[in-house]
Amino acid sequence: MNKTVLRLIINRIGLGILTLWIVSLVVFFITNLLPGDAAQELLGQAATTQTLDALRAKLGLDLPLYVRYFHWLGGMLVGDAGTSMVNGIPILQLIWSRLPNTLLLAAFVTLVSVPVAMFIGIVSAMYRGSWFDRYINILAVCAVSVPEFLIATIAVLIFAVKLGWLSALSHIENAQTFGEMLKVFAMPVLTLCSVLVAQMARMTRAAVIDQLSSSYVEMALLKGASPIRMVLRHALPNAIGPIANAIALSLSYLLGGVIIVESIFNYPGIATLMLNAVSSRDMPLIQACAMLFCFGYLVMVLIADISEIVSNPRLRK
Amino acid sequence: MNTHTPSTTTVESTQKASFSSRFHVRSISGLIGLILVGFWLVISVIGPMLSPYPPNDFVSNTVFGPMSMKHLFGTDYLGRDIFSRVLAGTPYTIGVALAATVAACLAGVISGLVAAAATSWVDMTISRTQDALISIPSKMFALIMVASFGSSVPILILTAAIAYMPGSFRIARSLAVNVMTLDYVQVARLRGESMPYIIFKEVLPNMFRPVLTDFGLRFVFIVLLLSAMSFLGLGIQPPEADWGSLVRENIGGLSSGAPAVIMPAIAIATLTIGVNLLIDSIGSKSVQH
Repeated sequence: MNKTVLRLIINRIGLGILTLWIVSLVVFFITNLLPGDAAQELLGQAATTQTLDALRAKLGLDLPLYVRYFHWLGGMLVGDAGTSMVNGIPILQLIWSRLPNTLLLAAFVTLVSVPVAMFIGIVSAMYRGSWFDRYINILAVCAVSVPEFLIATIAVLIFAVKLGWLSALSHIENAQTFGEMLKVFAMPVLTLCSVLVAQMARMTRAAVIDQLSSSYVEMALLKGASPIRMVLRHALPNAIGPIANAIALSLSYLLGGVIIVESIFNYPGIATLMLNAVSSRDMPLIQACAMLFCFGYLVMVLIADISEIVSNPRLRK
Repeated sequence: MNTHTPSTTTVESTQKASFSSRFHVRSISGLIGLILVGFWLVISVIGPMLSPYPPNDFVSNTVFGPMSMKHLFGTDYLGRDIFSRVLAGTPYTIGVALAATVAACLAGVISGLVAAAATSWVDMTISRTQDALISIPSKMFALIMVASFGSSVPILILTAAIAYMPGSFRIARSLAVNVMTLDYVQVARLRGESMPYIIFKEVLPNMFRPVLTDFGLRFVFIVLLLSAMSFLGLGIQPPEADWGSLVRENIGGLSSGAPAVIMPAIAIATLTIGVNLLIDSIGSKSVQH
């Protein structure tokens, strides 16, 4: 690591923090734009002006919008996201009870999708233009253009209804042994992986092809290197940066995908928590979940950027 | 005026390199895409006129009925005709998505052009804001919007348009920045042409093709987003229904393999796959670059 790399990385992190701040503005002001406030929601139609005012004062809703924004932002920064409007439980507690489940699902998906996508991407780059490459390409186009709920329903139709191997709902609390875990996670992971593998494989293929068309690979070919050695020894090490970038960017897709998948399989993660909050209009919980998702997304993009910077040998003097 | 921008020339050269090896598969899949897209565009206009039954009427005593001559796509969970309901859903699925895509691309291209042409300070502000918007995952943004403003057609269009504007902005800005440095634009500047003239007469016509490809991609993303919202019950509200809502309504028929849940899903898939195949055959190279 030299100074240039370090400066670039610090620069990116700074930009990430700036972006997160603008996101917090967008999230807070959209959720506070309509006049109906939390006090009214809690007390209902029959509330008198006095009780409304009392509750507003207690909740801090009588303060001007920008003051409330800074209170909210300050709370978020120290990890205090307030309490849920629906059941009064601290939001942090709600999130902590669900976050490990979502992270576990994401970890499974990453473990399955990355090796598969790398393999498909590298092989289709090596045999570019072959029937394998062409049909993988068409398959990938289909996988990215079909909605997740369709893949999930087809998976349920085949594995739960017709074959009866798996349960249509994820009863995560029943999963004690490894075999039971596999059963619970099989369909959510399969659904998320199908889109993810397609995206990653396409980007990996492009990155490897980019290297294969360079002159040093031609040189290796002229020296008589075998195609496999040419790809694994010569092209791949130079394609690692773009591939890591592609993986991180694709994984950020997970943040949208889990919303549908968790809801279909009734998986007890952050996304179902957020969906319940949307249907009960639990604004503080929505804000906290939204910020958590955007934070996760920005971290993935940051990792993508940094892996691109670090792997660039021109910056490593 | 020179119509060969760098992007179109690179498109042509890469196309030549892989032309012979890929001609067959590309042209066939492109043709399939063209047919699918054309079919759905026609249906979205004339579809409601072809409807054999009123889409919201209970016309059969069988729920989740099979395909038959009387009910081409079977009946739904209340005994309504699914064929009529799919047709009635086309303006919602295709029309709403198209309106949102037009809005997203217009806003994206205009702000991209402004950012490319304006001073660095204005460019910086616009770019930062767009970057912030792009880092709110689109489904998450849609959930926030629906939770705050409720779910109606104008809100859905606005939501999808804002969620997908930043992507369009990025592409338009980088294209415009490239075109701005070309000789003929410099000449036009030296001639003393006004900025609107340069943007509309010199820059914009040379960005047309990549922007069109991007339009198709964005349309697919928006169809998927709106269907997903309807599937979650947060999109188009009953009694109206787009294809996503039809899948949701009839999910109970999944265990019996009812066409009521399968046909709307196939409708979505054929539309989005069709658009993607079409884009892939005309402009996949310009997207890669």
